[in-house]
Amino acid sequence: MATVDPIDAHWTDSEPSVTSGLEYRRARRTPVTWVRGGGLATLLFLLPMLFVFGAFSWYPIVRTVIMSLQHTNLVSPATWVGLDNFRAVLNDPLLPKAVENTAEFAGLALIFGYPVPLVAAVLMSEVRRFRGVYSALAYLPVVIPPVVAVLLWKTFYDASPTGVFNTILGWIHLGPYPWLQSQQTALPSLVLESTWANAGGTVIIYLAALTGVNRELYEAASVDGASLWRKVWHITIPQLRGVLLLTMILQIIGTAQVFLEPYLFTSGGPANATVTVLLMIYNYAFGNSLGGDYGNATALSLMLAMFLALFSLLYLRLTRSWSSK
Amino acid sequence: VIFVPGRRRARSVEGSGPALIGPDEWRRARVKWGFGGAQALLLVGLVVIGLGPLLWLAKSAITPTNDTITYPMALFPHGTAWSNLQEAWSNVQVGRYFWNTVVLAIGSWFAQVFVATTAGFALSVLRPKYAKVITALLLTTLFVPAVVLLVPLYVEIVHPPLIHHSFIDSYWAVWLPAGASAFNVVLVTRFFDNLPREIFEAARIDGAGPFRLFWAVVLPMSKPILGVVSVFAVLASWKDFLWPLLVLTNPDEQPLSVRLPQIQSQTSLGVFLAALFIASLVPIIGFLIFQRSFLRGTGLGGAIKG
Repeated sequence: MATVDPIDAHWTDSEPSVTSGLEYRRARRTPVTWVRGGGLATLLFLLPMLFVFGAFSWYPIVRTVIMSLQHTNLVSPATWVGLDNFRAVLNDPLLPKAVENTAEFAGLALIFGYPVPLVAAVLMSEVRRFRGVYSALAYLPVVIPPVVAVLLWKTFYDASPTGVFNTILGWIHLGPYPWLQSQQTALPSLVLESTWANAGGTVIIYLAALTGVNRELYEAASVDGASLWRKVWHITIPQLRGVLLLTMILQIIGTAQVFLEPYLFTSGGPANATVTVLLMIYNYAFGNSLGGDYGNATALSLMLAMFLALFSLLYLRLTRSWSSK
Repeated sequence: VIFVPGRRRARSVEGSGPALIGPDEWRRARVKWGFGGAQALLLVGLVVIGLGPLLWLAKSAITPTNDTITYPMALFPHGTAWSNLQEAWSNVQVGRYFWNTVVLAIGSWFAQVFVATTAGFALSVLRPKYAKVITALLLTTLFVPAVVLLVPLYVEIVHPPLIHHSFIDSYWAVWLPAGASAFNVVLVTRFFDNLPREIFEAARIDGAGPFRLFWAVVLPMSKPILGVVSVFAVLASWKDFLWPLLVLTNPDEQPLSVRLPQIQSQTSLGVFLAALFIASLVPIIGFLIFQRSFLRGTGLGGAIKG
């Protein structure tokens, strides 16, 4: 899935001219020559990274696996319980609903948010004046803190006839709609806000990729008299396939872990209509003030991670023939 | 002349771009009106969708609560209420939470830049034999979804191994984990890989040790990438919600993002919207100033994740 456009080439593609490290170190036979040769200095430079990643990335990853096989309550020592946590999670009556909602969220997010950024980016890449204004406007929602975005949209979604959206739709005699308060419309409302908040990033990624499309192909097609649509369909889209496939899987992985929207908009309601897998994990671990069920939480997060890994592998296999054409 | 990667790219993003439509085609009426019309429509759509909600927020932040509730789309039917902003800043203590957010962002920024540049320097310039192992371990973390880390990281902050002292309510619990961004390290390492090694050799022959080389040669050449890492570090910290919510339990220490949902129930809608407006000002102004770094970094993100 190489998606490096030529403009990025000097960042990512070109091989470094020298393949070995700087010759601060020569003979490394004894500790003394190792120190004199710069070995210690190298280690000192690596130390912050080794510490931070060791403590806050590598160790917790291993710890997740251990905790998923244990009962931990932070007071008494942890006990090994085998696969009990996994069994408990799989038997949780809420799980099917959470999986269904998460899948629906991811699916709706693809329908709402996948084609629009592509169309926008293709149009924007041909803008000859004020292109900066276009990209700034598209990216603006991305820099708004997500909490602010959700709380602002919660105001928009006010279900009374004088809510913001209901007022606007009232101008054309639609509504009022219940938005977050109905089981049918709550989840789509969450997806709509999430799309608004995230689509701008995808537009910018497509714009960067579009600058890498070989212009000679366009020129050759023009000489052959190809119409605009044919050029988009037969040159632009195929040239972007790597990026298109990548953003799709990244979006699915991202939306499968959606938490903020259901947590702040609806707390999973109404009637569990917006409970997602991540909200379940949160509630297992932190939702109970008497003490978290860390075993169940880590078991479910491991299952989600495993599923996403398998899904990505399958996705890569299925799309390989198309992406390496 | 020192070659500065990044300059060329910055220009080309805004450059002429691909010629999907050649100059001859632009002259054709159908293309001109069809495609040009679509572009104009897109601009209108972007203004309404991208800017509209923020303009509404700005308007409502200075509108009396009753007007916003009854006539949400009217423009100041009964005058303005600038007092909302003042009330939010002092009475609801948005000012305090604002500074908490700033302090958290500065610490997270420093942790990320420090870890990414020192590690990038070691892996790219000094290149010990075990660099490959470390790089592989780093790349693995890119494939682990963030959710996997949440619970064990929290338990680790409450009960750290070796040190028997909880880090709950300490800013270190936010600052240090922020440094563990494999994405930053990869970004910086790749940038250093493309700096001309002749300069490092020359500096070494002139007697510069690794620390001098790092401080006086490599860092000054890395401004473009430091800009990208910095804007994303500050923005990510400003946006962060779940982690500070978990580890900072004392309301007086919490950042804006954690406090805003609580503020909603304590105050009137007008003051609340003013608080939301204040919370989004810094990222918006920062974006307008450093737009180039933001857009370059996002494009790069797509390239590197591939």
